[in-house]
Amino acid sequence: MRTTALIIGAGHAGLAMSRCLAERSIDHLVVERGAIANSWKTERWDSLRLLTPNWQSRLPGLPMRATDVVDRDGFRSMPETVALIEHYARIIAAPVRTGVHVTRVHTYGGGYRAETDAGPITTRCVVLATGACARPNIPASAAGIPPGIRTLSTAAYRNPDQLEPGGVLVVGASASGIQIADELQRSGRPVTLAVGEHIRAPRTYRGRDVQWWLDGSGIQDERIEAQDDPERARGVPSLQLAGTPDGRMLDLNALTAIGVRLVGRLVGVRDGVAQFSGSLRNCAAMSDLKMNRLLDRLDAWAETNGFGEMLGPPERYPATHIERAPALQLDLGCGAIRTVIWATGYRPDHRCIDLPVFDRSGRIRHTGGIVDAPGLYLMGMPFMRRRKSTLIDGAGPDARELAAHLHALLDRQSRDRIRPARAAAPHSGFPTFPF
Amino acid sequence: MNAMNPVTADNGVNVAALLGAREALEQAPQAARFDWRASCQWVRGTHTRTQVGDFFGLGGEQQRKASFTFETDHPEVFAAEDQGATPVEMVLAGLGGCLVAGVASVAQMRGIQLRSVTARIEGSMDIRGILGMDGSVRNGFDDVRVTFDIDADASRADIEALVAQSQKRSAVFDILANPVNVSVQVR
Repeated sequence: MRTTALIIGAGHAGLAMSRCLAERSIDHLVVERGAIANSWKTERWDSLRLLTPNWQSRLPGLPMRATDVVDRDGFRSMPETVALIEHYARIIAAPVRTGVHVTRVHTYGGGYRAETDAGPITTRCVVLATGACARPNIPASAAGIPPGIRTLSTAAYRNPDQLEPGGVLVVGASASGIQIADELQRSGRPVTLAVGEHIRAPRTYRGRDVQWWLDGSGIQDERIEAQDDPERARGVPSLQLAGTPDGRMLDLNALTAIGVRLVGRLVGVRDGVAQFSGSLRNCAAMSDLKMNRLLDRLDAWAETNGFGEMLGPPERYPATHIERAPALQLDLGCGAIRTVIWATGYRPDHRCIDLPVFDRSGRIRHTGGIVDAPGLYLMGMPFMRRRKSTLIDGAGPDARELAAHLHALLDRQSRDRIRPARAAAPHSGFPTFPF
Repeated sequence: MNAMNPVTADNGVNVAALLGAREALEQAPQAARFDWRASCQWVRGTHTRTQVGDFFGLGGEQQRKASFTFETDHPEVFAAEDQGATPVEMVLAGLGGCLVAGVASVAQMRGIQLRSVTARIEGSMDIRGILGMDGSVRNGFDDVRVTFDIDADASRADIEALVAQSQKRSAVFDILANPVNVSVQVR
């Protein structure tokens, strides 16, 4: 099989790219290992809702009507999210082939060849849209968990009934960790939550959803080029948010209030004893400071832009409460803990890429999704081109810009093929092209 | 937000050199491996004398202009001669030195002029641990507290952020707050 651009992954990012290539009449194909919206369908827990309100699921070529149907300010459940992405694939008539597993991508002729279980596909360009959350990031200390204890990643966790009764250690306190800790504690399983660096944020602020603020003030649209330390910006964990219909704030104080016990970051397991960092207080203090800085900024934006009248008064929240001496150890052998849940983040799965494009830590080197192998692109990476690059809402603008780059590359390659030698010669009489 | 005028603030920290080192190590991460050393000699009783001098780093042996000597002993209530600080006080000194230096560095990076910084460091322990009286009592500190007094051209929130960032990037804070493998041999 042959195509001009091969998009790997038919989630929101791959489909947004498909739409942007179609707008430019670029022949392409979307291959998907499972079904459309596969990760949303198979790798998320039952109660999860999008962390962004319904109005924010904007995709190129998707009429607002469809994203708006039920409840502008609600949060889609996973089946609703899958339905949205399936609907999107239909209305943009994306050329998707499902159930095609790409095993290897390598250079071939002037472009690439993808080996798949449905035969090889040759292509000029490849867009990797398999997502930033393809594989759970399990820490090395997992090896020390005693065999009698069940361990689950957030990708395998479904609901409390899946777990036997008894205590649970949830490792990680970003969006996934806090939601799962909340749900398990309410199911009657005493939860210990290991908390490292985290980003606290209110769900609603001055009567508006936090995403209304981040979107309106332009924070979600901030570009990676404008960041002092892009590496750090890309490593910032997800906001401590839940898509709670009641808009309540799910922070560490809310978890403490229902009986969740907070400990520091898990630093290791020795002789069946989990060890936690003594840095919990500082992690909480840093998070409070960051949240207050953000709220100051949002207040200033509202003031400058005349929103003040339409909103409630500025609010500040109580500091995160940390008990005087949080536990530093937890004996995993004594039966108090029956399950460990790794809510320690994800990483992408680019193992099928057989090209010299990886950095020392095994990540693909890229500039705003443009990989330094001509015609190879990424989508949906953290803070790839803008802060919202991993959000459904970020796929459109990123895809639009990368499609333009891809289009220009194809144009240049065509020109080079037509007149390769003379184009390079000085004073050849041909105009110089910007690409 | 911070004043962000690293040029006008002068805390005596060479930020350009630190940023330069970060850039250089990006290219040669193996040079980032350091080995710190101390050599400790028994004098008499619980009195010891420790010297620190050379160390390994940036890919090679590093010599100093001079070596430094530290005396440690125990106070008279431990029936010792009090010829120097107790080793646990040296640990507190290490934590204080690290955190205060961190505050100065971060302040310089953020363009905050410091006028004075004082940190009081306290560590609590139950000495039944070291005396072997109760196996459930740990030998070392069960609580370490640091209190900063900082006078600087910055808001309280910015000063708190300096102190938080200093902890986040502190080697000694990490050494105290997190476990490390320690191997001891006899030659």
